[in-house]
Amino acid sequence: MSTLEIRNLQVSVQTDAGAVDILKGVDLTINSGETHAIMGPNGSGKSTLAYSIAGHPKYTIVGGSVSLDGADVLEMSVDERAKAGLFLAMQYPVEVPGVSVSNFLRTAATALRGEAPKLRTWVAEVKEAMEALNMDPAFASRNVNEGFSGGEKKRHEIMQLELLKPKIAILDETDSGLDVDALRIVSEGVNRAKESNNLGVLLITHYTRILKYIKPDFVHVFANGHIVEEGGPDLADKLEANGYADYVSK
Amino acid sequence: MSLLATNYLTPTGREEAWRFTPLKRLRGLHDGTAINGERSSIISTSELPTGVTLTRENLEPLATSDDVIIERVRGLSSHVAHLCVAANSEIAEPILLGRSAGSIDSAEFSRVRISLGLHAKATVVLENTGDTIVAEDLEISLAPGSTLTFITLQEFDAQSVYTARHHAVVDKDAQFKSITVTVGGDVVRILPTVEFVAPGGSAELLGVYFATAGQFFEHRMHVDHAVPHAKSRVNFKGALAGRDAHTVWIGDVLIRAVAEGTDTYELNRNLLLTDGARADSVPNLEIETGEIVGAGHASTTGRFDDEQLFYLMSRGISIENARRLVVRGFFNEIISEIAIDEIQERLMQRIDGELEKAGA
Repeated sequence: MSTLEIRNLQVSVQTDAGAVDILKGVDLTINSGETHAIMGPNGSGKSTLAYSIAGHPKYTIVGGSVSLDGADVLEMSVDERAKAGLFLAMQYPVEVPGVSVSNFLRTAATALRGEAPKLRTWVAEVKEAMEALNMDPAFASRNVNEGFSGGEKKRHEIMQLELLKPKIAILDETDSGLDVDALRIVSEGVNRAKESNNLGVLLITHYTRILKYIKPDFVHVFANGHIVEEGGPDLADKLEANGYADYVSK
Repeated sequence: MSLLATNYLTPTGREEAWRFTPLKRLRGLHDGTAINGERSSIISTSELPTGVTLTRENLEPLATSDDVIIERVRGLSSHVAHLCVAANSEIAEPILLGRSAGSIDSAEFSRVRISLGLHAKATVVLENTGDTIVAEDLEISLAPGSTLTFITLQEFDAQSVYTARHHAVVDKDAQFKSITVTVGGDVVRILPTVEFVAPGGSAELLGVYFATAGQFFEHRMHVDHAVPHAKSRVNFKGALAGRDAHTVWIGDVLIRAVAEGTDTYELNRNLLLTDGARADSVPNLEIETGEIVGAGHASTTGRFDDEQLFYLMSRGISIENARRLVVRGFFNEIISEIAIDEIQERLMQRIDGELEKAGA
């Protein structure tokens, strides 16, 4: 049982015009096995929340805290956060030229497990993860995210989620750019990870579409750098009907 | 004044061809003060297959040179180490050349010839190792229809000085590919040059270099499209780390008026891993006819991409390993072209070592 606790998190980003406050006090608690959907309009700070938790150097923590099972996440380097059990599925996964998917995955698994996985079982493990996500075996020899379609990038992110077995995963607009079939396949991957690892999920999305496949226990509406409303799954239905206009004008 | 006499003039550093080179570190190779050690160090390090011979003979140069050091080599040395691949021989296994022990107390003025007969096909690897001072006139002759992959590995020890021209003369429909790797030595200055003498030939010049503190590596291409319908590609990638690491890449491509149907592209990418290093990159395309298939160049010099490092680290990979992966990946495009696993792995380990040494 793990708990990610975000308390009064305030984050700014440096621009040419000076520091701009993006997160203005975010409070959120995610436990193992729970799925929290964060929904909100573009520019509300959802992705900033995701990247700040993962430790992207672009963002400056102005105040507040983030802890995982009591350990101070904000004091950790980016790789230490992953080792502590956090995972960020990125909206725009980065190309790493010349580094094959299989080399990347094995290096990551070695880092997270503390020892190199045994080659035979590892190959089988990767093969299974790829098959489950309907990925061509040739994928493993391609360079990380290089020339991947939008759908392939997202499958690759979720494949990592399944292989690396984090405690808490943040999915940043994993649904964007996916057609209906890909959305279903990717969602099934997330649901498998939830089931097999009792994963806690922070699902960031703009649309309610993905919530038909990944059922949230809690829905949080995010606007102007903080959470403005919280509820159960029915809140998503309300957003589907009314949009974000009510929250943006507040 | 004859061309030869002009070329014997000692460069001052103000000449275009010498403006980047630290002449004082050339151990007298350029001004005639180097002591001639009378060495001829090229040896074969594997059994030569049938159809391949390595001999010492007197040979006239294949092509003129306007490089002062090459002229001095030709003046001092009439013997040529000549590797010859007979016509119609297809040699599957790479032909490995190396060097007998050198010295830094005197210089070697070396002439080498690699000749491929009609429709011959081979891969030749020249491994440069140890501490030595060598000025080398290396000429490659590709007969019509022949195919050569020439891999030259500068894995010298720290005090070595190597200045060389690797000049390929590409005849009708011949295919030349070179992979130039420079990871060791104090000063390495290589002129990979290509001259097309009949239509239909192709040349692919690939290279990687990694300079650490104090090292100077210069690669100065010249591709002469003097005939129609030849194709050339240049792709050199370099990394630099440490104080006063300095690399120079010059890509001169000349498309002469007669060279209709030319297709050429050249590319140089540099990765600056620390402060205090300097990468000069000068693509230079001279086009005398518009009737060509294509001609282009690109040159970039950048630092570690923070987004790449963040992505890798977000999967638990340490900063050191993330950097190693990115640098290996950067070089992989070229190194993977060396179809000899043992050499690939050795070079990647050397690159890891250089990175570690530089603390980048």
